[in-house]
Amino acid sequence: MMLRFQGTVVATVCAMALVGCGEKAQTAGNTRKSDTPAWQSADNGFAAKGWKSGDEVAWQKQLQQRAQSQNEYVRIGAQKPGP
Amino acid sequence: MARMKFICDAERCIECNGCVTACKAEHDVPWGVNRRRVVTLNDGVPGEKSISVACMHCSDAPCMAVCPVDCFYRTDEGVVLHDKDACIGCGYCSYACPFGAPQFPTNGTFGMRGKMDKCTFCAGGPEANGSQAENEKYGRNRLAEGKLPACAEMCSTKALLGGDGDVVADIFRSRVLVRGKGSEVWGWGTAYGKPTSGNAQPAQPAPAGTGTKS
Repeated sequence: MMLRFQGTVVATVCAMALVGCGEKAQTAGNTRKSDTPAWQSADNGFAAKGWKSGDEVAWQKQLQQRAQSQNEYVRIGAQKPGP
Repeated sequence: MARMKFICDAERCIECNGCVTACKAEHDVPWGVNRRRVVTLNDGVPGEKSISVACMHCSDAPCMAVCPVDCFYRTDEGVVLHDKDACIGCGYCSYACPFGAPQFPTNGTFGMRGKMDKCTFCAGGPEANGSQAENEKYGRNRLAEGKLPACAEMCSTKALLGGDGDVVADIFRSRVLVRGKGSEVWGWGTAYGKPTSGNAQPAQPAPAGTGTKS
């Protein structure tokens, strides 16, 4: 009788462990999609001229030049002030 | 590698809302959603200051940390973007963001909250660069066209600067040096007091009654 009870307990524990191992993760995980790098041009006809799609260095250079259009001291051709 | 950042020069911003309009027009942003807005401190009082605020593309973004479905990601250029297909519109990011950047369209049944929308630094989303799907969900991808965000490029006084953090910080630094002031309204010293003053006191809030407007 005692042996049967112990056997039942062991079987139950084993069954629960098995169910636990087979449980699917309920976390969302990393759902992000891989994004195309920005230096892969949109190719929609609106791309700025002066750089080639797929050329990362050219793209970075293009953005550096573009950012300097926000700098008046560059736009008016004056020498950059200060140290 | 560039780290894309915005800086708004409070000495130059004239509260024209050109940046807000440029953003809404460029991306066909729907009613009720403002990816960018202009905040004015001490409005109407001489010496009022305005700044243009949107997603600051934080290096350690709290929205990314709290998102239960992990829909945010950061590009190689440091732009914080999100995947609208994964977003469940819970609003956690809105509570976590110190700038109020995440926005939610309120159309639909009983004003049901839709998927989150925010400034993309004009870098679109996970869909193919410049594709129609990307345009419909996130707006235009100007970075992939070799351009900078429309808000910064449209700014008439060039108060709002956008681009590589090192470059825009250098532009701002040059201005401050030339005009001999401006650094006191921006940076660590303003936020936490001067580190050399020993008993540094935090900046005092504006007097009651002066109010803020956004």
